Amino acid sequence: MKATYREALNQALKEEMRRDDRVFLIGEDVAYYQGAFKVSKGFLEEFGSRRVVDTPITELGFTGLAIGAAMAGLRPVVEVMTFNFAILAMDQIVNNAAKIRYMSGGQLSVPLVIRGPGSAAHQLGAQHSQSLEAWFCHVPGLKVVAPATPHDAKGLIKSAIRDENPVVFIEAQLLYPMQGEIGDGDYTIPLGVAEVKRPGTDVTLIAYSKMLLVALEAAGKLAQEGIQAEVIDPRTLRPLDLATLATSAKKTGKVVIVEEGWPFAGLGAQIAESLYRRVFDYLDGPIVRVTGRDVPMPYARNLEDAAIPNADQVEAAVHHVLYRT
Amino acid sequence: MLLIRRFEERTAEMYALGKIGGFCHLYIGEEAVAVGAVDALRPDDYVFSAYRDHGHCLARGSDPKRLMAELFGRSTGLCKGKGGSMHLVDAERQFMGGYAIVGGHLPLAAGVAFAVRYRGSDQVVLCFFGEGAVPSGACHETLNLAALWGLPVLFLCENNRYGMGTPVERAVALYADVAQNAAAYGIEAGRVDGMDVLAVRDAVDKAVEQIRTRHRPYFVEAVTYRFLGHSMADPAHGHYRTKAEVDEAKKRDPLLLLRTRMLAERQAAEADFKRIEQEVAQIVREAVEFADASPVPPVTALDDDVYA
Repeated sequence: MKATYREALNQALKEEMRRDDRVFLIGEDVAYYQGAFKVSKGFLEEFGSRRVVDTPITELGFTGLAIGAAMAGLRPVVEVMTFNFAILAMDQIVNNAAKIRYMSGGQLSVPLVIRGPGSAAHQLGAQHSQSLEAWFCHVPGLKVVAPATPHDAKGLIKSAIRDENPVVFIEAQLLYPMQGEIGDGDYTIPLGVAEVKRPGTDVTLIAYSKMLLVALEAAGKLAQEGIQAEVIDPRTLRPLDLATLATSAKKTGKVVIVEEGWPFAGLGAQIAESLYRRVFDYLDGPIVRVTGRDVPMPYARNLEDAAIPNADQVEAAVHHVLYRT
Repeated sequence: MLLIRRFEERTAEMYALGKIGGFCHLYIGEEAVAVGAVDALRPDDYVFSAYRDHGHCLARGSDPKRLMAELFGRSTGLCKGKGGSMHLVDAERQFMGGYAIVGGHLPLAAGVAFAVRYRGSDQVVLCFFGEGAVPSGACHETLNLAALWGLPVLFLCENNRYGMGTPVERAVALYADVAQNAAAYGIEAGRVDGMDVLAVRDAVDKAVEQIRTRHRPYFVEAVTYRFLGHSMADPAHGHYRTKAEVDEAKKRDPLLLLRTRMLAERQAAEADFKRIEQEVAQIVREAVEFADASPVPPVTALDDDVYA
C-alpha cells in the first residue's frame, strides 16, 4: 500500500502502542493539537491522555522525565517538535540517557526513542534549520536513525521502540508529505542495516534522510550520460553499516557522500575516515563530500537554496571523482 | 549514622593513600538527613541522589563492601567499577543512582514517579539534592511538571548552606525559606532540622503519607551542614567560611544530638554505644579489606554495557 512518510510514522506508532501498553507518546502539542506536523493524528482519541501526553515547553524537563520513566521500565517515545529544541535537552540526552547503563555497570537501561524533524524546511531561519545528527552520533550509548522513505520510517521506528537503548530518530519536515510504497502490517527493519537504493557500478553515492532524494535525482541525471551511480542509504547513522558501504566502495572505487549538515566535523567526515581505513587500497581517488554550507542558515530563499546540497552539486562531485571535469 | 560517619572517615583515609581517585564528596555532618529520610520509606520505593551519595546508598542498605569496592574502582563494586564515587547505583534496592550534573537528576526522579503513576502503583520516589540545585532550570522545570501532573515525588533539599563555596544567600533568591521555591508551584513544602534524625524521619514520614494518599509531590528542606570541604580537594574552612562557623555547627553534630538524647531518655547506655562503635568499626574494616583484595575490572570489560 501507499502512504506518506507522516502516515507511515502514524501507523507504526499506533501499532506499537496497541501492541505494548508500556509505550507512550510525550511531547509538546502531541495530544490535542495532534502533533505540530500531525504525526500523532487520532492518538488522543484512541489512547487517551494517560498515553498521549502534552507537555509544557520544557525540553530538558520532559526529556529527562521520559528517561526516568524508561529507567522504571516504560518505553517512552518523546516527540521533539523539531530537533533544534532538543539542544535544550542535550544534558539529559548525553549525560543521562546515553550513560546510565554504562555508569551503573549494566544495572539500569533506558529504552527510549527521541523523535522529530531535523534539517531545514523552507525559510525557517537559522534557529529552526539545522542538521545536528553529528552531535548525537558522537556519543557512545546512543543509536541514531535518519530514514528517508515512508517504508523505512515505519520499519525503523518500530525497531527503535523495541530497542533496549536510547534511540535518536531524526525525521524531516519536507519528507512528511512524501509518498511511497510501504509494506503491509507489522514489519520491522533492523537498526544498523544500510540499503542499496539504486544499484550501479561506476560510483558510490552515500546519502541519508532528505539528501537521499537529492542523491537519487543526481543518479537519474548521471544515468543519462552513461554513469551508473550506486546510491546507498545507511538509514541508521550509529551504529553505521560500514560493511555495506565498503562493499560498494570496493566495487566502484569512487565515493561521494552527501549530507545536509555543516562540513567541519560533520558526519560525512566520519564516514569517509571509516571507509579510508577499510578500503583505501580499492579507491581510485579521494572521497568527496557534498555538504551544507558552513554558515548559519540564512532566511532569503535564494541564499537558503545555495546553503543546502542539490543534485547539480552532487553531479559535479561525481564528475570530479570520475576525473571528468 | 555511625556507619556512614566511620565509612566516610575511612574513605578520606583511603583517598589520601591514593586508593580512591577522582572527585570525592563526603557526607560527614549530614548523616541524619539520609538516615531519617530513607527510614521512612518502603523497600519498593525509589531513591535518587546527587554526587554526594555515599550516605544515601548506605542508608538504603547497600553492602558497604561493594560500595567501598566501587570507590576503589574494583570489579566487585556496585557498578563493576564503572560508576565511581558520584555514580553509585544499587538497582536491587531501588537506589537509582548518584548523578553529578547539578539538578540533572530531578527530571529522572519525576520520570520514575510518572511510571509509578502510569502503572497505578503507590510507590514514592525520594529525590535528594542540594540547595545548590534549586536555582537550576532542571529543578524548576521538574517542580512544575511534578505539580502539574501530581507525581509521587518527595523533593528532599539538603540545604547545607554552600554550593561548593557559594553561600545560599548569594545563589537562591528565596534563600531564607528555600521551600518557597516549591510553594510557588503549589507544592506543599516544609522545613526540618536536618541535624535531628528523628525530626527528619517524622517529617519525611508525614510527607510520604501525603504523597501516597493524595497523589501530590512534596518538598522538604532539611537544614544541615557539611563539616568537611566540598570535596577532598578543599579544606573544611578557609576561603568561604570561618573555622568558628564550622566549630559552631559541629556543636549540633547529628550523632552527638542523638546520643545525648538517647542517654538522657535512657534508651541506651554508654555500653551500647561502645558496642555499636565496635560493630561499625568491623564493618568498615571488612569493607576496606574486601575492596583492597578485589581485582580491578578486566580491560576486556571496557566496552561492556555501552549498549544493551
